[in-house]
Amino acid sequence: MSSPPMMELVDTTSSKIASEFVRARKRAGSPAMGMVMTLVIVVHEDESEAAMRAAREASREHPARVLGVILGDARGAGQINAQVGTGAGWTGETALIRLKGEVVKHPASVVLPLLLPDSPVAVWWPSDAPEDPAADPLGALAQRRITDAAAAPRHKGKALHVQCSAYVKGNTDLAWTRITPWRALLAAALDQHHLKVTGASVTAERISPSADLLAAWLHDRLRVEVERSSSRGPGITEVVLDTAEGPIRISRPDGKLATYQSPGRPDRPIALKRRGLPELLAEELRRLDEDDVYAAVTKRLRQAGA
Amino acid sequence: MTWTNPLRDPRDRRLPRIAGPCGMVLFGVTGDLSRKKIMPAIYDLANRGLLPPGFSLVGFARRDWADQDFAQIVHDSVKAYARTEFREEVWKQLSEGFRFVQGDFDDDDAFETLRHTIEELDRTRGTEGNHAFYLAIPPGFFGAVAGQLKEHGLVDPTSDSWRRVVVEKPFGHDLESARKLNGVLAEVFEHGSIFRIDHYLGKETVQNILATRFANMMFEPLWNNNYVDHVQITMAEDVGIGGRAGYYDGIGAARDVIQNHLLQLMCLVAMEEPTSFDADSLRIEKQKVLASVRLPRRLDLATARGQYAAGWAGGEKVAGFLEEEGIKATSRTETYAAITLHVDTRRWAGVPFYLRTGKRLGRRVTEVAVVFKRAPHQPFSASSVEELTQNALVIRVQPDEGMTLRFGSKVPGTAMEIRDVNMDFAYGGSFTEDSPEAYERLILDVLLGDPPLFPHHQEVELSWKILDPILEAWERKGRPEQYGSGTWGPASADKMLARDGRVWRRP
Repeated sequence: MSSPPMMELVDTTSSKIASEFVRARKRAGSPAMGMVMTLVIVVHEDESEAAMRAAREASREHPARVLGVILGDARGAGQINAQVGTGAGWTGETALIRLKGEVVKHPASVVLPLLLPDSPVAVWWPSDAPEDPAADPLGALAQRRITDAAAAPRHKGKALHVQCSAYVKGNTDLAWTRITPWRALLAAALDQHHLKVTGASVTAERISPSADLLAAWLHDRLRVEVERSSSRGPGITEVVLDTAEGPIRISRPDGKLATYQSPGRPDRPIALKRRGLPELLAEELRRLDEDDVYAAVTKRLRQAGA
Repeated sequence: MTWTNPLRDPRDRRLPRIAGPCGMVLFGVTGDLSRKKIMPAIYDLANRGLLPPGFSLVGFARRDWADQDFAQIVHDSVKAYARTEFREEVWKQLSEGFRFVQGDFDDDDAFETLRHTIEELDRTRGTEGNHAFYLAIPPGFFGAVAGQLKEHGLVDPTSDSWRRVVVEKPFGHDLESARKLNGVLAEVFEHGSIFRIDHYLGKETVQNILATRFANMMFEPLWNNNYVDHVQITMAEDVGIGGRAGYYDGIGAARDVIQNHLLQLMCLVAMEEPTSFDADSLRIEKQKVLASVRLPRRLDLATARGQYAAGWAGGEKVAGFLEEEGIKATSRTETYAAITLHVDTRRWAGVPFYLRTGKRLGRRVTEVAVVFKRAPHQPFSASSVEELTQNALVIRVQPDEGMTLRFGSKVPGTAMEIRDVNMDFAYGGSFTEDSPEAYERLILDVLLGDPPLFPHHQEVELSWKILDPILEAWERKGRPEQYGSGTWGPASADKMLARDGRVWRRP
């Protein structure tokens, strides 16, 4: 997708950005867009382009006003610069807003006037999430707060536990989103084999928040001990459910094609690709109400970590 | 004891519905339907992770092919028509389950081979005896194939497996033939195992009609004869019959489109709220609509039909219907059909439903327009509301999926001048790009055994009961009127509405 034309606003304000949205829409011939939400992305300069691109792709499924917010150096006089665009190539509007100086400490004052009226707000931290997203000034504006423990820049091993401890309704983590295909396949396996699971194991890279969540989910649902083993990846490489008739085993050594083994059945290949950010984001934005299953899993992990 | 899967939780709405172990046998491998719709949809389903591990696809055709040749056909079709990106690992998963059986429909050996193939798949791929037979072949062959399937023990599932059959329109060409066709299938399959595909019902926009009507407060109160003047349902195509003369001649627009797509659309627009959205509740409400349809007394005045004449359509010089290859110069098959229907219920009494369809019309569009009555009193002077027509709610089914609301608004300026404005809703690109295509949804529903989106035989019969008298009247009455290609149909269709004091929307 080629970059659409962007209007540069230097030393601007929220209301000027809002007027630019209206102007840009008129320039594009006032297309009907039926946007359903505002997505706020709190992002570093160097990763902003990739994050905005992912959001634009996800907005094909969920037309949104996408507001990228780059928090710069908080010293000195406040200044807001923005690039505003609309239309070409995606459904919705985007603005990439750079804050520096004093205003960095008051980002909500910039974002609040730009939220679409009477529709949900989601905020996404592609890497560096606050320890308590709901208490963050931008996080507090949103119904959905999306973190990504696997992308934490430091203390990677602890990032997931930090997020689980801070869990409140509306929080979610892309590490959880990533395992939906695994969970679907495991659930489908037990649809076919009506067997009691006596034990389970999850093998993945040593640091893998997704594997920890998958193990906690299996533990929570199956009430059995789940062994967590390390491999060289990529990501999760094997999940085994032990039953009296033998193991149900899904192994995926290459991150793409898995082999599905089950008792008394022939081995079968099944595509189980690691999904890209746009797909993960699109799944995450499909439902904005509380994810009860994730809530239960974070509780498990909190107990285990305590 | 019933088994409860501990990994399933009704609150866990991220988990998609994945079909259980199963396979599909496809008859009519080389046809357009198979190559352009069914095969790509199967690949897309696999790509979305919605097919079970071990899913197998058996092709059955006369060609002298090996499994690899069949795989090549599927490969080409997927490359050309699939909506999701091509991924080698998905292809690998799928293609291991491809088999090809060569034979004619009267060839006992071939069906014996088919049985062995299915048994082999059950052993090596774990399809567990669950197979859907997709008859992408002309209905004339249904009887032969169904008979063979029965004779060779292919339709007798063991206790915990299933066999289903999938058929496409046309479901007969009149009531009698529809009954006969159903009889042929019902002799072999029980009625819950027969899936009739009307791909319109798989479309997001069509399902959205129900959401719009029954999930909202603001539309349903207006949805009756107090406020609605009439309803226009249009399915227009800009193309001619192309290479389908063999199929189209003798069938015509009414049988091809009105009997299934348009009457189904009408059901969804006109029906009462179902008690739930399961198959039976929906079917009951749809049947009630079809059963309460009354035809106008003067069918000659309340219907119209036509054939496209040579001319210019969209900047191209095109041939007329009677000059198309394979069509006799004396053909009386209509390429345009418009009918008036009344629904005798308290809700719709006095509100005519106008249904029209045709080929070589102005543009390709399918829409439902609910046209409202005029306000009973205007406080404005007659001259200021001169440009104001009737309010309308238009559900755009395809293309440019969405909804349009037309209402009056003041023209900016010092004078009080009111004119029509349109408010457009387009749910982004999501209806067209990322959401599953109709065939994906319907094939998945077949494999899951989920019947709400498939018309029941009762509905098919009721539809023919509506259409048969019209077709008979047309049969008695000369030739269809010629209309210019690229226009909006014959003059008689305009007169038909003019008699009621109405005009067709230009969609």
